[in-house]
Amino acid sequence: MSKITTTLAELSELADRVNGNAGQVRRGRFVELEFLLQIGDEAHYLCISHGQLTAITPGPLLMRPWRFAIRIQADAWQRFCQPMPRPGYHDLFAMCKLGVAGIEGDIQPLIANLRYFQEMLAMARPESSPESQHASHGAAHVG
Amino acid sequence: MLPMGPPMLAELEPVTGRYMRLEIQGRQNRVYFEQAGQGIPLLCLHTAGADGSQFRHLLNDPEITRNYHVIAFDMPWHGKSLPPVGYHLEEYRLTTDLYVDTVMAVCRGLELEQPVIMGCSMGGRIVLQLALTHGADLRAVIGLESADHQEPWYDTDWLHRPDVHGGEVSAALVSGLVAPQAPAEYRWETLWGYLQSGPGVFKGDLYFYRADSDYRDRVGAIDTAQCPVYLLTGEYDFSCTPEDTLRTAERIKGAQASIMEGLGHFPMSEDPRQFRRYIMPILDQIRG
Repeated sequence: MSKITTTLAELSELADRVNGNAGQVRRGRFVELEFLLQIGDEAHYLCISHGQLTAITPGPLLMRPWRFAIRIQADAWQRFCQPMPRPGYHDLFAMCKLGVAGIEGDIQPLIANLRYFQEMLAMARPESSPESQHASHGAAHVG
Repeated sequence: MLPMGPPMLAELEPVTGRYMRLEIQGRQNRVYFEQAGQGIPLLCLHTAGADGSQFRHLLNDPEITRNYHVIAFDMPWHGKSLPPVGYHLEEYRLTTDLYVDTVMAVCRGLELEQPVIMGCSMGGRIVLQLALTHGADLRAVIGLESADHQEPWYDTDWLHRPDVHGGEVSAALVSGLVAPQAPAEYRWETLWGYLQSGPGVFKGDLYFYRADSDYRDRVGAIDTAQCPVYLLTGEYDFSCTPEDTLRTAERIKGAQASIMEGLGHFPMSEDPRQFRRYIMPILDQIRG
């Protein structure tokens, strides 16, 4: 991959993958919130209802509230999205410990539904599909 | 009456599971263990918040059990071992003293002569203490994902509170410690141990791991001529990092350390085939 930003179109594709995966939707059936996903300089608000990713709003928008934020440096996100990521870039918390990602805000719903959000991030990998997912960072599409 | 048909015989593993009753620090404990093989005792210590089933692949490996009597027990509070009577009145907290006393009680209780002790993660931590204080009674120690200290880096209160499922969050947190190359079957089996752990047990183990086992000032006194020390850490482990292990090995004169490719924090259970590449030469070396 040469680009290091995440576009609205790519996140729309992510939404299709999440919403088209019955196991993932079931896993997130109690998730009702909007969170901020910031990749490098690009911020998007992702709205989730009953496990479905229902809306993606480009940001930043002044005074727009969010429940929690996941912020990942652009280069780290590029590494994370590799089919076989290198150590340190294979998991959200690995990147947090490395200092290239962070979580903030009211993280209770993130922690209470951690597997749901981990799998959602893994679905951003270009090769991601229910059949081919190699299950990095707990992200296999096993029901 | 069962319907008649061709006999469907179960495939029986060469592993035996039993319970032992042990007194540890004045309290009675009912401890579950599994064993297989004969020869040099090889006592296996599981990771925090899990149980001894992590070692089932070693127990089922004829190349290992030909020369080693492999034993894996569930710590009290873990797996099929019970917490001691009165557990409901206390907060579980593992300490260095309790951990050492538990392991040595198992060694004495099963009459293990000069065992090799192999532990992973918190088990990898305690083998350093055992090598230091009980080295004369041990043939060798093997520390998997082992280091003499770890700086706390996240708030463990999330592991035991009413608005978060403790098993789900524990499994999700450690899922990133499994290498991406691990076969899905074994990844999810490894995580099952965390999914089914008792409330607060993982957190109580981490009390030992985070707050009561800073061995940086003492590992230099380990006598590896008396008790050899082998350290193996997976390259994807960001909890006990390769740097943590190599730093520890530098402090222990004579310790042997290797970083394992394509493995994470649970080498023996997340990818047993890959782990064999690293553990077999060490077991051969110990056997001499």
